[in-house]
Amino acid sequence: MAYSNKVLDHYNNPRNVGTMDKADPNVGTGMVGAPECGDVMKLQVKVNPTTGIIEDAKFKTFGCGSAIASSSLATEMLKGKTVDEALTIKNTEIVNELALPPVKIHCSVLAEDAIKAAITDYKNKFVNTKAAAEVAH
Amino acid sequence: MLKFPIYMDYHATTPLDPRVLEAMMPYLTGRFGNAASRNHAFGWEAEEAVEKGRKQIADLIGATPKEIVFTSGATESNNLAIKGVAEMYAERGNHIITAATEHKATLDTCKRLEKHGARVTYLPVMQDGLVDLDMLREALTDKTVLVSVMYANNEIGVIQPIAEIAKLVHEKGALLHVDAVQAVGKIPVNVIKDGIDLLSISGHKLYGPKGVGALYVRRKGPRVQLTCQIDGGGHERGMRSGTLNVPGIVGLGEACAIAQREMAEEAKRLGHLRDKLKDRLMAALDETYINGSMTSRLPHNLNISFAYVEGESLLMGINDVAVSSGSACTSATLEPSYVLKALGAGDDLAHSSIRFGLGRFTTEEEVDYVAGKVIDVVKKLRELSPLYEMFKEGVDLSKVQWTAH
Repeated sequence: MAYSNKVLDHYNNPRNVGTMDKADPNVGTGMVGAPECGDVMKLQVKVNPTTGIIEDAKFKTFGCGSAIASSSLATEMLKGKTVDEALTIKNTEIVNELALPPVKIHCSVLAEDAIKAAITDYKNKFVNTKAAAEVAH
Repeated sequence: MLKFPIYMDYHATTPLDPRVLEAMMPYLTGRFGNAASRNHAFGWEAEEAVEKGRKQIADLIGATPKEIVFTSGATESNNLAIKGVAEMYAERGNHIITAATEHKATLDTCKRLEKHGARVTYLPVMQDGLVDLDMLREALTDKTVLVSVMYANNEIGVIQPIAEIAKLVHEKGALLHVDAVQAVGKIPVNVIKDGIDLLSISGHKLYGPKGVGALYVRRKGPRVQLTCQIDGGGHERGMRSGTLNVPGIVGLGEACAIAQREMAEEAKRLGHLRDKLKDRLMAALDETYINGSMTSRLPHNLNISFAYVEGESLLMGINDVAVSSGSACTSATLEPSYVLKALGAGDDLAHSSIRFGLGRFTTEEEVDYVAGKVIDVVKKLRELSPLYEMFKEGVDLSKVQWTAH
């Protein structure tokens, strides 16, 4: 199978590889997939709690080249968006941007799931910290 | 000087040995006769060439020329052996035994026979890939007509204890078919010593041409009979009709003759290179596992799982090296290798596996390059791998609740 130049570029120079502190209240972490399925994506966002803007995003992925490229691209797309904007990212945008063939569409779906999981994690934390803060008052 | 891409996928196919091509050339040009033309010189020289090839093949496996039936390749040989025996011996019984790690040409042939009323036992294999002789003994019944087990596995290179299997099979009065595609010409195979009744050979796996193969059919003790699967002019003593592929047969014969002369030395050289590759990879990388027995194994095969790295992404990183992976992402089915799954290694390790197949034209320089490249790419991908990170943090991955999709 031939890979698109964009997939190759992300594979050879993955953007935003890394790990942020899971315990940080401003960090949302999403991990989707399963080793026996051949894909696991971990995606993290760091949100400015006052503006709701994603200031940083990191990923680590176990999976094929298209899965690595999909998650790498996802971190690029996330930066600068608000959490609500991030939730509107669709897998089809990733498919188009990376020119993924039909057999690799599941990689983009997984990336969309990872984004949603990370944002949901952040939102849950945000509500909990606010609740905790209110109790403290 | 290295030439790219480096070919290290000799289990998939092998290049034609230039000496084989040289032997074939006259039969691709001037000597075009039909070996079945009995009344002119064109036919006679073709027939002579075919009979020479038949003898070269027979000599390599300890058979007699009359026991060799030419086919289009090992897939056809397997089909002919299994279907031909099932049909011929239908009155004796309808039970066939094979193993879970067989080639699809065997498994799918058995599946078709099941649709036509045969009963098939698919023996599981042990963790090292070997057939469990006790399980075979238990599976054999009075209704068993055929047992089909491969000599050496195409993915993990594991060599089955054929002689011991033959003993059990014959005690029950059944026949033994052996798919020996990966073994013939690589390690000593002898149909008499091993007790094989039918044996499949492929041309292109031993530096011969594609599109030609053979089936050994024992003629004495017992005389094996087959129902032919292709009807026509009654070639090959009625077992396989169709005009003989003369250049292909000449090539297969020459490939066998070369293998007979050079096999011992070649196996030694490749075993040394394979071990070097294995030792370098294992020394540089942690969490690396060999799939299949290391003691009963083809000398030129290495099948390794690099845990926490997905196979296709690894192949992408070593794109100047031709190898294959058990990862689902490299296949059309999205299922990881059924051979590795049969070893009970777990799907995750199947997804992380690479098969290296060394061969006649593999050099030490190539092995050194490939080892270095694989080490670099595995390290890079583990930096990217959330699983490797979790492993390093001491997380037990088998206890994690994954969101399967």
